[in-house]
Amino acid sequence: MLKQLEGSQAVAEAVAFCRPEVVCAYPITPQTHIVEGVGALVKAGTLENCEYINVESEFAALSVAIGASAAGARAYTATASQGLLFMAEAVYNAAGLGLPIVMTIGNRAIGAPINIWNDHTDSMSMKDSGWIQLFAENNQEAVDLHIQAFRLAEELSCPVMVCMDGFILTHAYERIDVPAQEEVDAFLPPFEPVQVLDPVEPYSIGAMVGPDAFTEVRYLAHDKQLQALRLIPEIAEVFKDVFGRESGGLLHPYRTEDAETVVIALGSVNGTIKEVIDQMRDDGAAIGSLSICSFRPFPYQAIAAALAGAKRVVVIEKSLAPGHGGMVASDVRMALGQKDIPVYTAIAGLGGRPITAASLMEVFTAAAEDRLPDMQFLDLDYAAVEHEIARARATRRSGPTAENVLRQLSPRHPAAKI
Amino acid sequence: MTEPTTRQRIRFYQTGTHTVGNRLLDETKRTVQASMARANAITSGHRACQGCGEALGARYALDSVMRATDGQMVAINATGCLEVFTTPYPETSWQIPWLHSLFGNAPAVATGVAAALRVKGRDGVRVIAQGGDGGTTDIGFGCLSGMFERNDDVLYICYDNEGYMNTGVQRSSATPPTARTATTPALGEQPGNVFGTGKNLPLIAMAHNIPYVATASVADLHDLEAKVSKAMSFRGARYIHIMVPCPLGWGSAADATIRIARMAVESGFFPLFEAEYGEITASNKIRRRVPVSEYLKLQRRFAHLFKKGPDGEEDTEGLDRLQKMADANIARFNLLDDGIAQGTS
Ligand SMILES: Cc1ncc(C[n+]2csc(CCOP(=O)(O)OP(=O)(O)O)c2C)c(N)n1
Ligand code: SF4
Ligand SMILES: [Mg+2]
Repeated sequence: MLKQLEGSQAVAEAVAFCRPEVVCAYPITPQTHIVEGVGALVKAGTLENCEYINVESEFAALSVAIGASAAGARAYTATASQGLLFMAEAVYNAAGLGLPIVMTIGNRAIGAPINIWNDHTDSMSMKDSGWIQLFAENNQEAVDLHIQAFRLAEELSCPVMVCMDGFILTHAYERIDVPAQEEVDAFLPPFEPVQVLDPVEPYSIGAMVGPDAFTEVRYLAHDKQLQALRLIPEIAEVFKDVFGRESGGLLHPYRTEDAETVVIALGSVNGTIKEVIDQMRDDGAAIGSLSICSFRPFPYQAIAAALAGAKRVVVIEKSLAPGHGGMVASDVRMALGQKDIPVYTAIAGLGGRPITAASLMEVFTAAAEDRLPDMQFLDLDYAAVEHEIARARATRRSGPTAENVLRQLSPRHPAAKI
Repeated sequence: MTEPTTRQRIRFYQTGTHTVGNRLLDETKRTVQASMARANAITSGHRACQGCGEALGARYALDSVMRATDGQMVAINATGCLEVFTTPYPETSWQIPWLHSLFGNAPAVATGVAAALRVKGRDGVRVIAQGGDGGTTDIGFGCLSGMFERNDDVLYICYDNEGYMNTGVQRSSATPPTARTATTPALGEQPGNVFGTGKNLPLIAMAHNIPYVATASVADLHDLEAKVSKAMSFRGARYIHIMVPCPLGWGSAADATIRIARMAVESGFFPLFEAEYGEITASNKIRRRVPVSEYLKLQRRFAHLFKKGPDGEEDTEGLDRLQKMADANIARFNLLDDGIAQGTS
């Protein structure tokens, strides 16, 4: 049924259709509306047979989900940013224990400086935790990915993070095709755990493993991700059969046929990217894009195949690995293997800075002419950073960087622009 | 469930464990460990040190839960000695469904298990969580307080050996003043752990107004069993804090574990009491009061308290202050006379 809904509310409804049995809630912007939405459905009796637990921290949120999942219940939680870091130890633990928990990340920057707006630094910090990470391009896909995530998680016994851009998606009202309960029930079978805490068949879970077997256990975690590479497209196919629309899968190529320049990105920015590509195509440029839906497992082969005809790649990257650059770009380079073409990185949208079509157009045009540096920061105020670097060099007690930059860039403090 | 009066009426003087008097008891009140049908939740073959109080306490506690629940239970374990010595891969000492997740999240994981069992209509299966003092009073404290506050249906058991033993005997917030640990060495002006620090978790648990809180000791295993059984008669959050001497960390003889635990109780240093919904309901009376030095001198971690100074004099300030702590416990928990009603309903 078509509805005009806030992204978070739509996801809350989708999660409820998946019949979670234990949901843990802890507030953090921009994810909060999701757990509030699920909570309201539980309180109203719409979502039955669900324990909704208000926990005291994100560490507890995921830990409660771990216990619930290990006892055979379908478990769900959501978080963002500082919350994801606060639960970091449990994130790795859930994956290590092979518990099929589904968690939404309302992607948000990480402090300091504290910042509530969107980028991908939070999800990137957990990219190697053993969780599957799926990125939604729009709210319809966010809804659909949650339904697929439960099936994927439970089939593999591996946790799945559904990443959706904070505010840009979580708070955006869009037209959503909300699935019917019967459709979800037809698509998602009841949870059949591979391990469960039960006195009928008592066993020990989470034992200590030494050097004699640890490598093998880790190999199997890797193997699970490789299986997911096969399963993700399969599940997307079944999803299409039941719901009649395409969603999910490993990648979304857009106008990549005969494209010489291919833009790669995760999440909602792909919408803007496609618009720019349409404009450039109208002007005769051979350009296309790849939206990566499955970031973990990373679809190396699918990306290599999609880039077979490309002469260059531009990665629009919503997170920064300081001292390294872009993490998505590194992975893309690896996917290219021996194929020696430039991979340009543009770090963009950090802490919610808008990524405008105009700026993207400039970057893509320069890339097509191979006039780009290997790495750049989109719309960086060079004057401001150079001023701050000089100031910090000149004064030992130069004070807090963030506050100084803020003052410098504030129109209300022109005097500070010395 | 054992009536508290049976604990008080029959005096088990015979042995350190007080279990010989078992035969004086009514069949149903006899100690769990004496039963042929005892569960052996932790079987032999674990890797605990000789004389480990934690291994002993855990076996008695869990076998009691097994009896109280007719084997319908799940245990969640925090990281620590108990977890490590019971599950060296690929072996396990546990005869029960058991899960170890992390050091600081056992109460929250247990909440999740309890929620799952409830939603599946299986709340006849009961959940316990357990950890050492570090896992309980320090790193797991947030999760524990959350579990208490929500009154989740979990019995949490803390095995208090007064330090981080699994990592090589470091100070925790349960380490007593003056005790030598690897991070509070017996050096300088104030050797060992300092005075004026630490927290009393049973009292903090009581402040959450949860249905049941008790302290117990491996010196009185029948009492320990009775308290665990009693805890299982309640629904909601429950807390039992068990003192478990650690020969390795305390520098004591492996065969002195029970004696040391008893000295802690009989000196008033470790008071045994019970509380329901935030109110103390009973305390175990001291039978033969001993000075706190009797307890301390059996342990090398307190050896510096008994050293003579360069002038040949013993500096008794540390000892005096520890004695004052024990005296304060005796007054606070009414450990000598029968001021507090002995029985509970
Ligand atoms: C987050 C985290 N920090 C530190 C450790 C290291 N660690 C493992 S067990 C342990 C000590 C446990 O002490 P306690 O809880 O008192 O149990 P005990 O071993 O004394 O029985 C420590 C510090 C860990 N495993 N995880
Ligand atoms: S170090 Fe202490 S607590 Fe750990 S096994 Fe040895 S005696 Fe037991
Ligand atoms: Mg300890």
